[in-house]
Amino acid sequence: MIVAERKPFEEIKAMIEGCKKVLVVGCGECVSVCMAGGEKEVQILASQLRLAFEEEGKELEAGETTLERQCDKEYLEEIKDKIDDYDAVISMACGAGVQFLAEMYDSKYVYPALNTQFIGVAEREGEWSERCRACSDCVLAETGGICPIAVCAKGLLNGPCGGTNDGKCELSKEKDCAWTLIYNRLNKLGKLDNIREIFPAKKYSVQTTPGRRIHEAFKEKE
Amino acid sequence: MAKAFNEALESGKFVVTAEVGPPKGVDIEEMKHHIEILKDTVDGLNVTDNQSSVMRISTLPVCRLIQEAGGEPILQMTCRDKNRIALQAELLGAYILGIKNVLCLTGDYVTVGDHVDAKPVFDLDSVLLLEAIKGLEQGKDFAGNEFTGEARPTFCKGAIVTPEANPIEPQLLKFEKKIKAGAEFIQTQAIYDLDNFKKFMEYARKFNVKIMAGIVLLVSAGMAKYMNANVPGIFVPKDLIDEMAGAEKGKALAKGIEIAGRMIKTLKDEKICDGVHIMAIGKEDKVPDILAAAGLA
Repeated sequence: MIVAERKPFEEIKAMIEGCKKVLVVGCGECVSVCMAGGEKEVQILASQLRLAFEEEGKELEAGETTLERQCDKEYLEEIKDKIDDYDAVISMACGAGVQFLAEMYDSKYVYPALNTQFIGVAEREGEWSERCRACSDCVLAETGGICPIAVCAKGLLNGPCGGTNDGKCELSKEKDCAWTLIYNRLNKLGKLDNIREIFPAKKYSVQTTPGRRIHEAFKEKE
Repeated sequence: MAKAFNEALESGKFVVTAEVGPPKGVDIEEMKHHIEILKDTVDGLNVTDNQSSVMRISTLPVCRLIQEAGGEPILQMTCRDKNRIALQAELLGAYILGIKNVLCLTGDYVTVGDHVDAKPVFDLDSVLLLEAIKGLEQGKDFAGNEFTGEARPTFCKGAIVTPEANPIEPQLLKFEKKIKAGAEFIQTQAIYDLDNFKKFMEYARKFNVKIMAGIVLLVSAGMAKYMNANVPGIFVPKDLIDEMAGAEKGKALAKGIEIAGRMIKTLKDEKICDGVHIMAIGKEDKVPDILAAAGLA
């Protein structure tokens, strides 16, 4: 899933300075699961904003709604009838959702309430870790299911750097060295030959920016 | 003029290299002084590449200064700040200036240095950088495009290894890739435990590559303890820490020089490796004293 965290409250509050009516829009997918932008977080943010404005003697009407997801036009349409009642929108989706909402309602200013961090997994309740950089050229078949692009800080393809120590990364003793993990996993699986040969350089050309994919079945016939 | 570094390596003599660290800023008097002292006493002078991710004068112009002073420069090149285009362009530029010795490193991560918000590059790694050089020597760039003209560059290519790394196996796997990719010489991370190093050398001797032991000058017992706790792949044994701690007041540096000299002498006399790379870190003017202590001056 896409993992995000809420921006500091003061930053969000400063964004909507001067607004009298804002609609806080949550997203029911990834950011809801990682407790950053779901229904509950929408309620909390809207309440915090109302209280903060009230304390300063300012008026604020903060509407709340949480969509199934914000990366799909079908669900974004659900706010079509009420969005005109507001001066601005605060999206609690990932960066993709914020942009899609802003694109669909381009006469409204849409502010992001989250910082989108990574594609990751839930290690345990309340803790997530990065596992994928969406590099468009998966190498996991060679590396025993551990990604050197996402897990190694330097994204190294040919083994550990000299900064690793006791199986940890040079950046932090809390962070595992991806290449020690890869070595140990492949050793356990009897597949060390996978990483004995020099791994070719990453092909960044496959990462089109911005990325776009059309499913075969939906491609227009020439 | 100094002899070409590859000739020194091939001559079979015990090779000695040291380092010059470019400063932050443009006051280069101290660096020039270090170059002057070292140029005729060592076989090659490494120029560090924004060492520890701290922004400084770039390596190539400093290599040129060493060359003009009559020394033999070794261009350190990390993959942290340049992509494959910039790395290759720099290599070709170095070659046309007559700078042919390159030490290929991955480079420290950006956040350990003084520009923590910079974008880390790491387009290639040290192995792929060696591969890129191999291609240039064949008149082809990394994308496979042919050079214009007939002239081809040749480089003397080096890399590093950390013999005290824990675990060692993944390091050795990479070490072997570096040799496959064309490394002719290997400078090691600092070593202090000669018994451990001998074990590493028993393994390394199976490969056709020159090994130069890394010697970092100890200046105090505190420095040794600090490195043990904080520098990956460095292990100073207790007896050396005790020896440093036992030095008379004001004599710790002299003791460090004595220890470094003694280690170098043992490495040479027992033919344990092919040479040493001395990292005096800020005390480059003491390198001649270390060599004297080793009986090499």
